[in-house]
Amino acid sequence: MYKQLAEIFKQYEGEKGAVITVLQKVQEKLGYLSKEAISGVAKFFRMSESEIFGIASFYAQFRFTPRGKHAVKVCLGTACYVRGGEEIMKTAEKNLGIDRGGTTEDYKFSLERVACFGCCALAPVMLVDKNVHTKMNLSKVREVIKRYQGEK
Amino acid sequence: MSDKKYVVRVCLGTGCVSGGSLNVYEALKRDVESSGLKDITIDFTGCHGFCQRGPIVDIDPGSIFYSEVKEADVTDIVQLHLQEGKFIDRLFYRDPSTGEAIPSSQDIPFYSNQQRIILRNCGHINPENIDDYLAVGGYKALRKVLLKMSPEQVIAEVKNSGLRGRGGAGFVTGLKWEFCRRETGNEKYIICNADEGDPGAFMDRSILEADPHSVLEGMIIGAYSIGANQGYIYCRAEYPLALERLRIALRQMDEHGFLGDNILGSGFNFYIKIKEGAGAFVCGEETALIASIEGRRGMPRSRPPFPAQSGLWGKPTNINNVKTLASIPIIISRGSDWYSGIGTEKSKGTIVFALTGKVANAGLVEVPMGIKLEDLIHGIGGGILGGKKFKAVQTGGPSGGCLPASMLDSPVDYESLTAAGSIMGSGGMIVMDEDTCVVDMTRYFLSFTQAESCGKCVPCRVGTRQMLNILQRITKGKGKSGDIEQLERLAKTVKFGSLCGLGQTAPNPVLTTIRYFRNEYEDHINNKRCPALMCKELISFYILPEKCRGCTICFKNCPVGAISGSKKLIHIIDHEKCIKCGTCLEVCPKRFSAVVKVSGEKIKVPEKPIPVKK
Repeated sequence: MYKQLAEIFKQYEGEKGAVITVLQKVQEKLGYLSKEAISGVAKFFRMSESEIFGIASFYAQFRFTPRGKHAVKVCLGTACYVRGGEEIMKTAEKNLGIDRGGTTEDYKFSLERVACFGCCALAPVMLVDKNVHTKMNLSKVREVIKRYQGEK
Repeated sequence: MSDKKYVVRVCLGTGCVSGGSLNVYEALKRDVESSGLKDITIDFTGCHGFCQRGPIVDIDPGSIFYSEVKEADVTDIVQLHLQEGKFIDRLFYRDPSTGEAIPSSQDIPFYSNQQRIILRNCGHINPENIDDYLAVGGYKALRKVLLKMSPEQVIAEVKNSGLRGRGGAGFVTGLKWEFCRRETGNEKYIICNADEGDPGAFMDRSILEADPHSVLEGMIIGAYSIGANQGYIYCRAEYPLALERLRIALRQMDEHGFLGDNILGSGFNFYIKIKEGAGAFVCGEETALIASIEGRRGMPRSRPPFPAQSGLWGKPTNINNVKTLASIPIIISRGSDWYSGIGTEKSKGTIVFALTGKVANAGLVEVPMGIKLEDLIHGIGGGILGGKKFKAVQTGGPSGGCLPASMLDSPVDYESLTAAGSIMGSGGMIVMDEDTCVVDMTRYFLSFTQAESCGKCVPCRVGTRQMLNILQRITKGKGKSGDIEQLERLAKTVKFGSLCGLGQTAPNPVLTTIRYFRNEYEDHINNKRCPALMCKELISFYILPEKCRGCTICFKNCPVGAISGSKKLIHIIDHEKCIKCGTCLEVCPKRFSAVVKVSGEKIKVPEKPIPVKK
């Protein structure tokens, strides 16, 4: 694993305070921070694994399990919440059969809550990968998810 | 640009892109090219602010404003407007009360009632082209500062302007710079705080996406004043477009000699690095932000020493918000006297709000300090969506307060908002109507601050959790007498016993809603009733027997099979099975409107499906 990440480490050799940036790059490459990846980062910074995990687990951006193929994100920022975001989330949970934060068994979908995409005027908003679905309602959620479930 | 016959600008801000403006932009470029029209520029801009009406296309001359433009409208724009010079009536903004079409953005109340200083270039220039910024006077202030002013003169000017930090706390910017200037040592830092974590707020993001150079110009001016040679921009990783535009801007600045060694021949050296935040709300707090840049957990520490004395890597550090820095170049160019003429006695200048929630014209607005809430929400915001009744407005994000209708005529400035129990905050403003339950909203805000509490101070870590538990109980109909008083006690402890702004302000929503909406809490606790019909455990759905026509639409759509009935029979909801998702209400045809939502009451319905009355 260390070898696999050496390319990233090389760029940050000797740079002060680069732990978070390196973790971000590692996650970008691997999709999540595996146990082995955390060991590798710890070794590079000459810190303990628990210290690195402690930093990583503090920030919402870092994930420690692999994600599904499609990332479904439901915005629960204030503007979306006021316009019914929680219902959108519950419908997504029901239709995917997973709770927020979870991944389906076939690794096809992950469901996440996010706080604000910055298009609050179009609330409530749901994202599938990079596609933004705006002004959602319950039947639109079902439709969108069905579309992705149907694909091979 | 002026020698062109038409300049067409498509908004590629996050809101409009979500609405499909990228397709509109590509189609415009394609159609204009294939039509062989000459002297037409198709360009793009950052956020215009009027996100509710996006995607937005703006055509000069005349600032013709087309709203809700779809790809299918592009043919008409090219053929009618650009070729024949005819306006397209159906794309004009219409006054919601009179229905009158308003062709020019300058005449639309949403814009004409604003005073755009920080947002001066947003929606007017291409954010990825430094020449556009230079054409509107960009980097003139920097030239003036570096070549003609001493750092002390710059600080005096900024102090005189009365500018206060737009990140939330409202500390006088010039004074902050002066503290850092006074520190000895030649290693100092300036940080631009772009870790906009408030859910429902997108001011900083829009500015970085629409006009990154004015923020960066302000940052160099600040660096020169305090004597820093290294700057950091701490921006959320969730803002990919803002980060990309910042990187482009930095590259162009480098090419034009606005960054690096010996800027503009002044002998001043300055470098900027971007640090991506990894998603922690508390990192908006100065000392937590510094810890995060240093690669540690973003936990605040006690002050003093203040960052101005001992900040990043123990060196004197100055941190300013995006909007504060964006205000600097224009203060230098137009003079501090001009700036301090805007606003109120103690709150100078303008303030940017992300106006969202149940308001008709949601979007990004900038107004002079001291404007009345009423003028902001009803004048610019166009009132409540769908003609509903105003209930409350939340300022300052999840740690701000909820203000009721009786406060609508109070002015918006640091002092007035604090006196009302809220805060100015960074600029989130969420409007709630009669269908929003304030108890549930408070529960929502607490769930956010509780999750984001870093855990260092016990009162914040445990207190927010306890408050959340009580609020959850109340919204589930399990509140008991004494809950309100217990909430108040906890709120005061958390406020008093927390080191940073997060803990000190997290109880604000609790305290203000109890202060202004105590009866709603009492209704939930004593009568198990949610007046806004929002708290699930306290509401029920009924199908009115006299209105149901037995069309079976709700029966087919109910996700849990809780509705019995068939064609021409009155449908009935089984309350044991019902999950209160509201699908039946959503799908029941408007002409029947047979489904109702109630709280604290029972409606008499037949025991089993019977034929509908003829």
